[in-house]
Amino acid sequence: MKGMTVIVKTISSWVKVLIFLFGIYIILFGHLTPGGGFAGGVILASCYVLLMLAFGREFVENNLPLPVASKLDCLGALLFAVVAVCGLLYGAAGFFWNFIHQKYLVGTDYEFNLVSAGTIPLSNIAIGLKVGASLFLVILVLSMFRPDMSGKKEE
Amino acid sequence: MPYALCFLLFMIGLYCAVVKKNMVKIVIGIMVMEYAVNLFLIMLGFRSGGAAPIIDKGQFEAATGQIAAGFVNSSVDPLPQALVLTAIVISLGSLALMISICIRTYEKYGTFDITQIRRLKG
Amino acid sequence: MAIFYILLLFIIIAAIIAVETRYLLSAVICVGAIGFGASLMFLFLRAPDIAITQIVVEVLGLIILIRACLSRELTFISGDREFFAVVVSVVIVFAIFLAGVKLLETLPDFGTAIFAEIPDAASQTYIEKGLQETGAANLVASVILDFRAYDTLGEATVLFTSIIGATVILRKKTKKLLEDPE
Repeated sequence: MKGMTVIVKTISSWVKVLIFLFGIYIILFGHLTPGGGFAGGVILASCYVLLMLAFGREFVENNLPLPVASKLDCLGALLFAVVAVCGLLYGAAGFFWNFIHQKYLVGTDYEFNLVSAGTIPLSNIAIGLKVGASLFLVILVLSMFRPDMSGKKEE
Repeated sequence: MPYALCFLLFMIGLYCAVVKKNMVKIVIGIMVMEYAVNLFLIMLGFRSGGAAPIIDKGQFEAATGQIAAGFVNSSVDPLPQALVLTAIVISLGSLALMISICIRTYEKYGTFDITQIRRLKG
Repeated sequence: MAIFYILLLFIIIAAIIAVETRYLLSAVICVGAIGFGASLMFLFLRAPDIAITQIVVEVLGLIILIRACLSRELTFISGDREFFAVVVSVVIVFAIFLAGVKLLETLPDFGTAIFAEIPDAASQTYIEKGLQETGAANLVASVILDFRAYDTLGEATVLFTSIIGATVILRKKTKKLLEDPE
């Protein structure tokens, strides 16, 4: 996939920081304002897709190659499972129990801050990482595929 | 009446997925069906004159743990919104899978037409 | 309430154009219009979480669809299937539509809160006890990540599996695999 003209490259190199920051903001404040892990993760993926469209696929592949994106995907899923199992270990109520909020923070005046709501921000970060890496991975693979039209299999 | 229009949208998607010959048109029909279902679920949870399910600081009293009665009586249903949130992201994943199958089939047979695929042998 | 009818009419007209046009690129653009109309609908239906997610997912979906259509040589295929099959399908779809409209009249009116009329509804518990038991001000986030976290685990699994499936299907064969049988 080739890149685009100079105007597109200049503007997207300024705008990519804003999009990335916006994605991280939507993930982190998911328990206070609308958004959450899913929307923030898709915004993170679309930041990299913008770079892929403007600068060409090789530029993005040098910065975030395929195996690294795949490992980030698995890391996000693993983090989500670790948060769930911690709920099982720390309390008797079972899987996915919000142990931080129930054991330490109930009763204190802790709501409406950034650091509140127990395991919910941690789960949001894990889900955001997973969804972002997954969608970037699939668009990278779609753009790497070059079909061979003469009938024999490509090497 | 809005429910009937939403169901009409679902039927348009079903017609497209059943009748058309082009593979990408079939995928578009499936996507229209997914949009219709998400829209229908959110419309089920709507309350006239309602408020979004996000609590403001002024509606909560930390001493008793009570939420203002005005909010409880005028909030829309948060449960269908939670279910539709995951459904939207899953539809994107399934779209990627369907399009990758279409691309592979085009590479092997040279056409998007599903009636031709049975006749050519790869 | 009028805004809902206007947006639904816009979405239905865009869907009809997407289904009936002969050019694939026009159909993809109309799918984009459906997505944006749906996002506006979600905003007016008091669901801001869903509206944000729908817009960004729509943009990525458009990119994936255009990738499939743009770099291929042929862009349109003329005609549908045989005439008799089309007529039978249209008749069956119309019959299902009439039956469905009759069934939808048994639902409560659009705009009445269904969960407020059932005595032990789960949503009533989520609204009243949500902030106290989970500490999150966004009730939808507290539902998907605390009260119903298993659904989120299932969603993560489905997304993981479909992305792995897409990656495996689009794999290139390497030289080593081709030289082995020889």
